[in-house]
Amino acid sequence: MESLSNKRKLVESKPLNFLERAYLPAIMSGLATTMKHFFRKPVTISYPEEKREFSENFRGMHSLKRDEDGRERCTACGLCALSCPAEAITMIAAERQKGEENLYREEKYAAVYEINMLRCIFCGLCEEACPKEAIYLDGDIVPADYLRKDFIYGKDKLVEAPLNQ
Amino acid sequence: MGSFDIIIKFVLIVIIFAISLVVAMYSTYAERKIAAFFQDRIGPNRAGPWGILQPLCDGAKMFLKEEIIPTNANAFLFIAGPSLGILTACIGSAVIPWGQTLTIGSHVIPLQVTDINVGVLYIFGVVSLGVYGVMIGGWASNNKYSLLGAIRAASQNISYEISMGLSIIALLMLTGTLSLKEIAQQQHGFWSHGWFTWNVFRQPLGFLIFIVCAFAETNRTPFDLPECETELVGGYHTEYSSMKLGFYLFAEYINMFISSAVMATLYFGGYNFPFMHQLGLSENLVTIIGTLVLFAKIFSFIFFFMWVRWTIPRFRYDQLMDLGWKVLIPLAIANIVLTGIAGTFIK
Repeated sequence: MESLSNKRKLVESKPLNFLERAYLPAIMSGLATTMKHFFRKPVTISYPEEKREFSENFRGMHSLKRDEDGRERCTACGLCALSCPAEAITMIAAERQKGEENLYREEKYAAVYEINMLRCIFCGLCEEACPKEAIYLDGDIVPADYLRKDFIYGKDKLVEAPLNQ
Repeated sequence: MGSFDIIIKFVLIVIIFAISLVVAMYSTYAERKIAAFFQDRIGPNRAGPWGILQPLCDGAKMFLKEEIIPTNANAFLFIAGPSLGILTACIGSAVIPWGQTLTIGSHVIPLQVTDINVGVLYIFGVVSLGVYGVMIGGWASNNKYSLLGAIRAASQNISYEISMGLSIIALLMLTGTLSLKEIAQQQHGFWSHGWFTWNVFRQPLGFLIFIVCAFAETNRTPFDLPECETELVGGYHTEYSSMKLGFYLFAEYINMFISSAVMATLYFGGYNFPFMHQLGLSENLVTIIGTLVLFAKIFSFIFFFMWVRWTIPRFRYDQLMDLGWKVLIPLAIANIVLTGIAGTFIK
């Protein structure tokens, strides 16, 4: 049958000629190839000291954002927890008291907000679900730890640092 | 021989022993670094600056690991194997001329432990003893992979010793002596009577056969079938752990060092370098430079060993035997005949 792509190559297997059977020419060219690599720049990135640049849409550790006045944006609506396919997010809502207007933007806020980093698959659906632009996966890689319980990140680790400090 | 000479000999022995151990130690580091460079990597760089303390860490690790002797192994032979391996590796350096003579006051000190008149034969004896360490260890482990590795080592070494010996015979027809010191002296300088003095230019084919056999004798890639990981787990040292394994690995590197020294002495003029007496340097200085030159030659051979290791894949077992028996031995015999003819007509 006629080849449509013209990419087909006929492989012929001929018996090796004398030079090919003598190994040495092939070994020489092999040595030349490896010597070329000997002087090439290493491709290694020495990880903790040197870090590879993340791509622009890299999804790392979550952070709970604050608005321009430094108030927490999250209103504990629970849409992120609902959208989470791994069921990694839980939260407990609380009502804003008088005098806390500088801490929380809306009348309702998350008193407890926990993400289990071992369950999280970093899909970014919480980010998409959030109506308040409160959660983004813009952090670094989640660091290693020894105990499972230490991977449940609370607000202490998730909320952005306050503005004026 | 006065007491001063005995002390000098003793010091020389200790120095050479220490040098071969240090070279072997740093060969492991060099191997990993060079392997890394050949693969566009960096290599060990955590222990000390550029990782130069890596061999010490490896050594400490080897010493501190648990010693395991399998239940069904023959305990005495299991320990005797690596001991014999490292012993035979170390004694080869005795006959290698590391330099000319140093003159201190009225004492003339030859930089060679002993100049026996059958030095080449001695080297061959030691090299063939080396396989016993591997064989005994592999057999005593009572493990089929170890045994297979040991059998391969034995048959490989025996096959390649023949062509190695034959390639040396052609060299001995030229030199007329078995003493390594005299062979080194005959290659004095670099050029005389309109031709190079180094034996590699008189015996290129012999050198080629010799270096291929040296790869096989030291169990280096492409002939590392005795420890062929893909087929035999770890080959003859599968069952070994801790320093006994360390001794096996160490013996391989010492063997590589010694066979590089032998190659440099037999074929590349040993401690001789071009214009060694035309520069007008003092005798002692020439000796010291000569020794350094010899070490440079040895290190380039060791580098070549490693370069080849990261270039060529391993031979299949039948290919190995084919190469040894059907190619190298006929070539070596042809080389003897050619050398004889050339010797008759050119002189």
